[in-house]
Amino acid sequence: MLFMVKPSMPEQQDRICEIQDLGRIGFTEAVRVQNDLAARRKQGLIPDQLLLAEHPHVVTLGRNARRENILAAPEVMARAGIEVVETDRGGDVTYHGPGQLVGYPIFDLREWKRDVTAYVRGIEEAIIGALSGFGLKGERVEGCTGVWVGGAKLAAIGVHISRWVTTHGFALNIDTDLSYFRYIVPCGLTKPVTSLRQLGSMASRGEMIAALRDRIERQFQLRIVEPAANKRSA
Amino acid sequence: MTDIVMPQMGESIVEGTLTKWLKKAGDKVERDEPLFEISTDKVDSEIPSPASGVLAEILVAEGTTVAINTVVGRIAEGGEAVAATPATQAGAAPPPPPAPVRAQVGPVAAPLPMAAPAPAAPPPPPEAAAPAPAAPAPTPAREDLGPLSPLVRRLAREHNVDLNLVRGTGAGGRITKQDVEAYIAARSATPAPPSPPPAAPVAPAAQQPPAPAAATAPPAGARPTAETAPPPVAPAVPPRTRVEPMSTMRQKIAEHMIFSKRTSAHVTTVHKVDMTKIAKLREKSKAAFQERYGFGLTFLPFVVRAAAEALRAYPVVNASVEGTSVIYHNDINIGIAVALDGGNGLIVPVIKNADEKNVVGLQRAIVDLANRARSKQLKPEDVQGGTFSITNFGSFGSIFATPVINQPQVAILGVGAVEKVPVVVEGDAIAIRSVAHLALTFDHRLIDGAMADQFCQKAKAVLEGWSEAVL
Repeated sequence: MLFMVKPSMPEQQDRICEIQDLGRIGFTEAVRVQNDLAARRKQGLIPDQLLLAEHPHVVTLGRNARRENILAAPEVMARAGIEVVETDRGGDVTYHGPGQLVGYPIFDLREWKRDVTAYVRGIEEAIIGALSGFGLKGERVEGCTGVWVGGAKLAAIGVHISRWVTTHGFALNIDTDLSYFRYIVPCGLTKPVTSLRQLGSMASRGEMIAALRDRIERQFQLRIVEPAANKRSA
Repeated sequence: MTDIVMPQMGESIVEGTLTKWLKKAGDKVERDEPLFEISTDKVDSEIPSPASGVLAEILVAEGTTVAINTVVGRIAEGGEAVAATPATQAGAAPPPPPAPVRAQVGPVAAPLPMAAPAPAAPPPPPEAAAPAPAAPAPTPAREDLGPLSPLVRRLAREHNVDLNLVRGTGAGGRITKQDVEAYIAARSATPAPPSPPPAAPVAPAAQQPPAPAAATAPPAGARPTAETAPPPVAPAVPPRTRVEPMSTMRQKIAEHMIFSKRTSAHVTTVHKVDMTKIAKLREKSKAAFQERYGFGLTFLPFVVRAAAEALRAYPVVNASVEGTSVIYHNDINIGIAVALDGGNGLIVPVIKNADEKNVVGLQRAIVDLANRARSKQLKPEDVQGGTFSITNFGSFGSIFATPVINQPQVAILGVGAVEKVPVVVEGDAIAIRSVAHLALTFDHRLIDGAMADQFCQKAKAVLEGWSEAVL
């Protein structure tokens, strides 16, 4: 049983992606940060970016969202402390809140593949790969973008693309209070949502980020690095 | 005039939904200025203008799905005359051939909405009043409609459309919103006056579905009632097989086992352990133990204790792999495989912090978890957080086996039956000893053979040199 194992080191990954954990940040504020970075990305001033965030309770509407998919009356939402925001991402209605890992890849797809479907499938693949490390079997459901485990949605995806530069991204429930999803019909689908905790995984946000980082690197042939301290000004 | 076309946003993409015009007809636009937005599969994309000038015509309305390369509007450059045209459905009708779509779908300026379903069909022979059998006529009853979008379902429900009667023109024969709309339009329209040939195939068939198909279509797609009628009741020959659905637990186990085999590089190493000392100790204290605690004393808690010691010594065996990272677990949580109802399932409840318990505590935990597993009283947390597993196949008489790793763990220890056997002992004498085989299956991605064997030797040393006088 003494096999020689050659350590598999990623070698020809010359494209750089800077990772930044914004931590707890308002949704609108995060959109502002993204738009700013996307604008600089389009001008070629910065490399690809991977932003991570966690939002206070907010319900967001995609470009194709139907208002009827917000089930609660505006007063009820306000009383529950849930903000409602319209966005320019694809997809319908979704919820973000504490305990959810939100990822915003700002990638210039011209440097990878000019293919929005491949991009979305790639994000799904990275999440599925990361989940496998925690013993969970993520799945795709035909016609329902996102990552599903046992018929329930664990991660939602909604993307905006302008000149092949991506904004928005994915939201993965780690120990999200799933009861908040009852205010909406997530993505217009009447299917259950789930979280890592509900699935019995004790994986932490940090562990999940590490796993995703690794998978995203492989999926998109990137080398994800911390931004050099001197380069980042506010 | 410059044509604005629906761009292809990816290799497999054959159509896109125009979600929003960012300019109105008559507006000035600069080249590369965002002009409209499209949506494909949860991705919204802003499409820049191909030229500078004035948005002269909008040919595709917001909310319409069209094939790639369809002209969605036109830009008038310089002094060209501008005649703002409102969007019409006509311009939106997708030229639908699913397969040869990439060939050329471009200039379908104003196709008849109904021209859709005849991709490459030759003009029907003059005598054919009903659909030509060879042409891809709509199949009246399809069993599998393929994936349907919620929008299509809703539309069908609202308009009371039997989707079996709608011909899908989307990718892979999928039924699109336009197909349903076309069907509704055809249904409500009075039969068109003798129209140009290409329109023929779908309209009549769609309007009175059963008749033409039954009359002329070959039985391939259609289902004549006679053939589908239930067969006569008394089957003479008894069936050779019996089909039963898997239970949920069985499906989970199946998935988990295959997943594990696919994930880890399974290697099993087997070590022989002299359990005589423990057998004697067990023999001695069995009765008192039963009396005092109310349950028997088995070999298993000793093995758990030894494994916990070995895990402390070799933490990599208590780890998991995540991509190119190794996650070391500081807690030693040992799962114990429990067979349910004589082979009808398997569950692995976990003894948390097993290294902090003595043999009594371990035995109590094992008895408690096994009882609750068999009476289905386990709580979710009882089966979570395991960092290593032990399976006691010896209790069913097995000498050794090669267990499957319980993901995301990296090793599992199998305990074979404890048997009295003649053994050559010191001084070349033969003695009767109680011997068991310990089989460690480990993930060779992370654990080398030498490490696995050191782990086993450590467990063996603890068991053979058992020193705890008190249990």
